[in-house]
Amino acid sequence: MGSNLDALTVIFTEFYYWLTVALMFLIHVGFCMYEVGASRVKNKMHTLMKNSMIIPLVTVTWFFFGWWIYWAVPQWPFGSGVIDPDGFAAGYTPWSNLMGPNLEDRISGVFWAAFLLFSWTAASIVSGAVIERIRSGSFWIFAVLVGSVTWSIDAAWGWHYGGWMVEILGYHDAYASGVIHAIAGGAALGILVVLGPRIGKFAKDGTPRDILPHNPWLVCIGLFLIYTGFWGFYVACNVPIISPETIGGQITGETWTATTIYLTPTTLSAITVNFLMSLAGGMLAGYMVSKGDAFWTYSGGLAGIIASSAGNDLYHPIQALIIAGIGVVFMYKLHFWVEKKFKVDDAVGAVAVHGYAGFFGVVIAGFVLNGTPSSPYEGYTAINPGGNFLGAMIMFWGLGFLPCWLLALLLNSMGVLRVPIEIELAGLDLSENEIIEAKNFELHKASVQTAAEHG
Amino acid sequence: MSTTGIDSWAVDLADVAAVYPFQGTEVLMVIVGVALWIGWHIWQIRFENRQINEEVAKMRQPGALKDAVDKAAHRQDALE
Repeated sequence: MGSNLDALTVIFTEFYYWLTVALMFLIHVGFCMYEVGASRVKNKMHTLMKNSMIIPLVTVTWFFFGWWIYWAVPQWPFGSGVIDPDGFAAGYTPWSNLMGPNLEDRISGVFWAAFLLFSWTAASIVSGAVIERIRSGSFWIFAVLVGSVTWSIDAAWGWHYGGWMVEILGYHDAYASGVIHAIAGGAALGILVVLGPRIGKFAKDGTPRDILPHNPWLVCIGLFLIYTGFWGFYVACNVPIISPETIGGQITGETWTATTIYLTPTTLSAITVNFLMSLAGGMLAGYMVSKGDAFWTYSGGLAGIIASSAGNDLYHPIQALIIAGIGVVFMYKLHFWVEKKFKVDDAVGAVAVHGYAGFFGVVIAGFVLNGTPSSPYEGYTAINPGGNFLGAMIMFWGLGFLPCWLLALLLNSMGVLRVPIEIELAGLDLSENEIIEAKNFELHKASVQTAAEHG
Repeated sequence: MSTTGIDSWAVDLADVAAVYPFQGTEVLMVIVGVALWIGWHIWQIRFENRQINEEVAKMRQPGALKDAVDKAAHRQDALE
């Protein structure tokens, strides 16, 4: 930090990312409330713990290898070396002295943490889809796979200024429609097809039954909190302030700017308006298509943001609104078609809200932003429909569905994927409930005895 | 000599980098950390297996599963 301006820029950036981390924590709080509310009473504590333990497990694995993967593989296997981030990879091994308190580097830690919160989100999206029948031990292996390996690879390829998908395909996904949401939705689908539906979800003739949330209020408040945390998510996707000189690309002049993760210019104002307009478009469409159902209206708001996120750095607000609305109708219709046709029991609609809307968002951005430079650096392919479509396929199917489907097959063959039928019927909180009943009975006996003594 | 390598703050901070204790043992700390993480998963899977086996054995007692299903339904009804 040579000058006062440098110092202010560094400290502002450090604080900026720190703030996003605190805000993004609310996403996880929201996911926990949402999942627990959506589960039945007999499964609520299991559901809570299954999601909560994502926090420590993805955190430690993100420290040990997730962060390093992000910096190590952007150019692997197809990059031409236009940008070479290998130096960063060496800096972000878990044994690097940049990973501890280091006065020479005040940004890496908060940047690491912001990315970690994205990782929790990716794993948490998967968690909701598989509630009420998956074994926690198995789920936590999936959480590490998605949160610290596959999403980290996809972010390196398609959400890094040196990623080969950006360079070769012109892939553009500014606020992670594909790199977080499509991959997590695809991962959830990969597990669901092996895991199977909850007992009673489908009638003998294949007609799906509604398994209602035990606490709709908790579900709605959870979704509200996810919206709130999403502000942090959006802001964390930007570089808050950077000079053209620091970027070192083709931008001329001396105008400092905020940029996307690709170092392409945008403004905080632009993404704030677009976030709200896509939320509005999603809620309006969700309400309309579901005929006023609260769950799908709230989920529509989330899916609307996700459907517009890939291009929300550049869209006009009305474009964001319309794209969000169309994306929500698309994901809603596809959800019920897949459920009926393939008997997929996605308990919270995660595959639809995140996977289908995210896929849609990446594809649409390729058309709407066609021809726009994907990077400030020379030699990069411009944004185009084919590149973004291929990118969406890589996210949803290649890095989302496939690895989790294979792991699910493996865990299923070992007999550890799903809880036994007796426990699923009795409830996954069986042991906890027995302890609660015993304690309540003891208390009741004491109360009866006290009442008798007092006549 | 301190464990952090910092003996005095009477220095130009531009010359100071890492300030955590026991620098040089990072690889060892990573090995310990990874072992703890993998060990946790192994312990958890064993714990879960044991708990599931006990619960299944209980539910296979005559009438136990029906009782448990009835109780679960009662709890759900009570809340709705």
